[in-house]
Amino acid sequence: MTEATKPDRGRLRIDEEECKGCGLCIEACPPKVIALSERMNRYGYRTALYAGSGCTGCGICFLVCPEPGAITVLRLVSPGATRAAEGAAA
Amino acid sequence: MSDQAVAEYTVARGKAKSFYPRYERKSELQHQTHFCPGCGHGNIHKMLAAAIDELGVQDRTIMIGPVGCGVFTYYYFDVGNVQAAHGRAPAVATAMRRSRPESIVISYQGDGDLSAIGSAEILHAANRGENITVIFVNNAVYSMTGGQAAPTTLLGQKSTTTPNGRSPAAGEGYPLHVSELLATLEAPVYIERVGLGDNKQIAQAARAIKRAVENQVRGLGFSLIEVLSPCPTIWKQTPVEAQHWVRDVMEKTFPLGVFCDRTKERGPQALERLAARAAQPEPALADLPRILGVAEEDLPEGHAHAIAPEQTVDMQVRIAGFGGQGVLLLGEVLAEAGLDAGLEVSWLPSYGPEMRSGTSNCHVRISREAVDSPLVSAPNVLVAMNEPSLRKFDKSVRAGGWVIYNGSEFPSDCRREGVHVLALSFTEMADAMGDKRAANMVMLGAALEIAGVLPQASVAAALRRLVKNPRWVELDERAIARGRELFKESLAAV
Ligand SMILES: Cc1ncc(C[n+]2csc(CCOP(=O)(O)OP(=O)(O)O)c2C)c(N)n1
Ligand code: SF4
Ligand code: SF4
Repeated sequence: MTEATKPDRGRLRIDEEECKGCGLCIEACPPKVIALSERMNRYGYRTALYAGSGCTGCGICFLVCPEPGAITVLRLVSPGATRAAEGAAA
Repeated sequence: MSDQAVAEYTVARGKAKSFYPRYERKSELQHQTHFCPGCGHGNIHKMLAAAIDELGVQDRTIMIGPVGCGVFTYYYFDVGNVQAAHGRAPAVATAMRRSRPESIVISYQGDGDLSAIGSAEILHAANRGENITVIFVNNAVYSMTGGQAAPTTLLGQKSTTTPNGRSPAAGEGYPLHVSELLATLEAPVYIERVGLGDNKQIAQAARAIKRAVENQVRGLGFSLIEVLSPCPTIWKQTPVEAQHWVRDVMEKTFPLGVFCDRTKERGPQALERLAARAAQPEPALADLPRILGVAEEDLPEGHAHAIAPEQTVDMQVRIAGFGGQGVLLLGEVLAEAGLDAGLEVSWLPSYGPEMRSGTSNCHVRISREAVDSPLVSAPNVLVAMNEPSLRKFDKSVRAGGWVIYNGSEFPSDCRREGVHVLALSFTEMADAMGDKRAANMVMLGAALEIAGVLPQASVAAALRRLVKNPRWVELDERAIARGRELFKESLAAV
């Protein structure tokens, strides 16, 4: 069982239509896994983009984001069950 | 990778239930708030919505919106919403909370709204200890109108109305410390200033806002949270710069912290009160006379003495005299009798500036329809208990109306044409009956006979209700009967 195969404790969903690209989440994220997209959304904002891995599920980006639904933070439900599954695969 | 596929995730932080899924605003922007990128109003909205969700009070929350950038609370919060005139949200919140005691009322206000035009409303709501929650968004400027100085503008801060930077020497005063000021009052339960200056501050702001709503849910009293909130647009900063400006600059003028916390001392007491109230069942309607200490037979009989429905009723009576002549009681008996007869009534006393030996008068309306205004500016019956009162109101009597004047000599220069006059020394008549203070009731008798609509049973019931001393009830009844006779005699004499 290696670090690389361990599932992230959290995941991010970012609503590109609601994000206004203020960048506060990027500044606030402790593991720095959010960046601004190169592409603009249809309102002319470069929106927040999740790197795809490394989220710890801390929820700080949600707290600092001024938009009601731009960010959704998900957390891993049952690390124990997952570890069991990993064990079976090994 | 295959491990990731079996890993299950659930939403830990997402859009609050207390927000509408889509906002009823411009059709192309219904999935976005109207706030600028990085605006603190958005964070504060989210904190409030989360608090409402977590406390489970969405269905009984009423949000009072301000004038300013926060004006559109009703677009976003799926709760009851009222938008108040500039600065008046605490007054509206007071009315809402008092008339709907089960509701959770939140007054949401900017610093221009709360600390400038609305400074009186917030001060008195706090001083009365209204059981409301106030969210005070301090961004140190009037943002919506383009960045004029607010009472909270920092010293040296440039705004469109302090172009050289706010300066007390230029007559622009000092930043107003609202939380500190309100914390000198005795009534408020909880006052805290928080900021949106960094992650830690933001987390604390969310806790404070939840606490302020929770205080209201627990019935503790007035809570206010002041939030130092970035306005990147007017401050001409990037959202990240504006956030840091709150922590690095604004906080120096407005220190964060709790300025008042009486939740512990109010807590158990308030809870006990609530519990006691809940334990006590509401009295049954039939029990009210016993609780109020009135005998069953003295209660308004409603339609018991109701008058014939085809009879039109429009009594507009003005009664005037010296203080002590029983002007107000005369009016009260009249109105109460109308009530007893199942009619719509109003009684409006109008006091002179002097408390003693001044003049007084009152307005009485009795009608079959709901009374639109209690004012009687054109009476159809004027009861003038002395000459000055006659002179004051004689011109106002409607054509065809009646003037009942307490004096055998009707002043020759007072109005007679177009009106009927009954001028007698009612005081002397009352004196002859045993007490000149019953003159008002003799005049009432005449007025009742003129109007001819109110049954004597209603008048007697009203008297018994308003006059406690049986000796006086007896005298007043005789006085009223005497007044009726006097009127009939005067008609016969014509
Ligand atoms: C009676 C009245 N006076 C003045 C205005 C103009 N006005 C609209 S918003 C505003 C100031 C709002 O500032 P603030 O309360 O700080 O809110 P912000 O926009 O900064 O969030 C003023 C003066 C008004 N709408 N009504
Ligand atoms: S904080 Fe919110 S609005 Fe700002 S960039 Fe991040 S997701 Fe977008
Ligand atoms: S002007 Fe300022 S307070 Fe108003 S919405 Fe924009 S950032 Fe927010």
